[in-house]
Amino acid sequence: MENIDPIINLLMIFILACIIGYYVIWGVTSALHSPLMAVTNAISSVIIVGAIIAAGPEEMNFSSIMGFLAIVLASVNIFGGFVVSHRMLSMFKKKDKKKNND
Amino acid sequence: MTENLTAICYLISAIFFILALKGLSHPESARNGNTMGIIAMIIAIVTTLFNPNVSSYKLIILGIILGGGLGTYIALKIEMTALPQLVAAFHSLVGLAAVFVAASAFSSPESYGIVDVNGDIFKSSLVEMSLGVAIGAITFTGSIIAFLKLQGLVSGAPTTFFAQHFINLLILISLVTLTVIFTLESSANTFWLIVALSLLLGVLLIIPIGGADMPVVVSMLNSYSGWAAAGIGFTLSNHLLIIVGSLVGASGAILSYIMCKGMNRSFISVILGGFGVEEGAAVDKNQNKTVKTGSADDAAFIMSNASNVIIVPGYGMAVAQAQHALREMCDILKKNDVTVKYAIHPVAGRMPGHMNVLLAEANVPYDEVFELDEINSEFSNTDAVFVIGANDITNPAAKTDKSSPIYGMPILDVENAGTVLFVKRSMASGYAGVDNELFFRDNTMMLFSDAKKMVEDIVKGMN
Repeated sequence: MENIDPIINLLMIFILACIIGYYVIWGVTSALHSPLMAVTNAISSVIIVGAIIAAGPEEMNFSSIMGFLAIVLASVNIFGGFVVSHRMLSMFKKKDKKKNND
Repeated sequence: MTENLTAICYLISAIFFILALKGLSHPESARNGNTMGIIAMIIAIVTTLFNPNVSSYKLIILGIILGGGLGTYIALKIEMTALPQLVAAFHSLVGLAAVFVAASAFSSPESYGIVDVNGDIFKSSLVEMSLGVAIGAITFTGSIIAFLKLQGLVSGAPTTFFAQHFINLLILISLVTLTVIFTLESSANTFWLIVALSLLLGVLLIIPIGGADMPVVVSMLNSYSGWAAAGIGFTLSNHLLIIVGSLVGASGAILSYIMCKGMNRSFISVILGGFGVEEGAAVDKNQNKTVKTGSADDAAFIMSNASNVIIVPGYGMAVAQAQHALREMCDILKKNDVTVKYAIHPVAGRMPGHMNVLLAEANVPYDEVFELDEINSEFSNTDAVFVIGANDITNPAAKTDKSSPIYGMPILDVENAGTVLFVKRSMASGYAGVDNELFFRDNTMMLFSDAKKMVEDIVKGMN
């Protein structure tokens, strides 16, 4: 197994993750498809991980500026996405519990 | 932090991300799901801060504060009716962030450990980099166009142009060629040329797609933003990015599929665009037929005397912001012992689940809201149906008229109800540009008015 090209490992992770995604997403109730979009939007900004490494070095150069800009954009998404989905989800209520915040 | 420990932390983070999505299977567990997502993100960020290449935190903290503050502010201020354009705008940011990360990986690859002993970037990383950057750039400009269309800043009508499919194909071929050249030479010029062409392709791809196809477009861009993240994950050999990118990519792809099925259209035909006409196009086939129009008082009388009523909301309700008035009307009906249910078509509105969120915002309990499959058989036992701001999704031509552009689309069978009340501003046809024969039926009453004003008048009529 040691001689496996790293790219094959990555591919394995990728395909298994797609399969997990497939089954998990089909389980999402259609009433919550809008919050689903907001949440997936927030979590796709995990790309901030790459941006942090770019902005990490001490000296300022093209790469760290790109990283900084990517951090700003990804943070807008992370905070915005989670907050807006929280707002949406807190509106979904069952019967009998109305007039809470009308 | 050793590499092994980092990998384990990323694994834990990935599990929390999966649980976050799993939580959305039910409204009760969904809030916990959101919290899981936040925990996962915190683990991911904190773990990365311990990366040996990260020595200065100034830019990182500044960036998170700036972006986080802005994002929170926008998310707190946004009106729920503006949700589709907000999501589109957010997608564009992920796309642009992917482009920036790829650019920085290209200019200092050693930070990411993707160089060989000679200091050259791995060939495989170059392929993945150009893929990631291309998808990111397409997501960026495509989402901006979607945003402009949803916000009404550019016309929602499909804009077709000369030889568009040919031009798109040409760009696609150029991109593939450039990727090969980039892999061989790894030159900066090629990199930026790929970015530029992809930005252009994003615009050209979304421009021809019309307003009511937006649920597909928004889902598709959602998917792209995931694949862009996965592509960058491959470039940087980052497992977490690959896992999360795939989850998001799969999510968007499934939503696109559901939306296409809701319109009985193939994904390809939506992407090729040019479907539908600008709203308001007159159709003269039925000009000689007459419609029965009614007043708010008539509608109030019919619904108050019904034993059950089903509400069918559409995009028009969102435009008129009529959801609060609508819930008020239904409260009065319920007080008079009328059973009220809501029927949601999968493609009602401008994004998946759009109507559900607006009804939830107006404090409609989610167990009164039903999907097409759950409620469609009930219309025949229903006294009155109140269609507010929807049209094509109720059109029986989808079942009977083979020549109709919407033939085969699953519809809500409102025609089977005792009385159908249609709130509409005018006789204009719906998005698909087809006439709705339902308007001319004997058991249909048209209520011509702004949706919100009409509902408010009905409420007055009931009191």
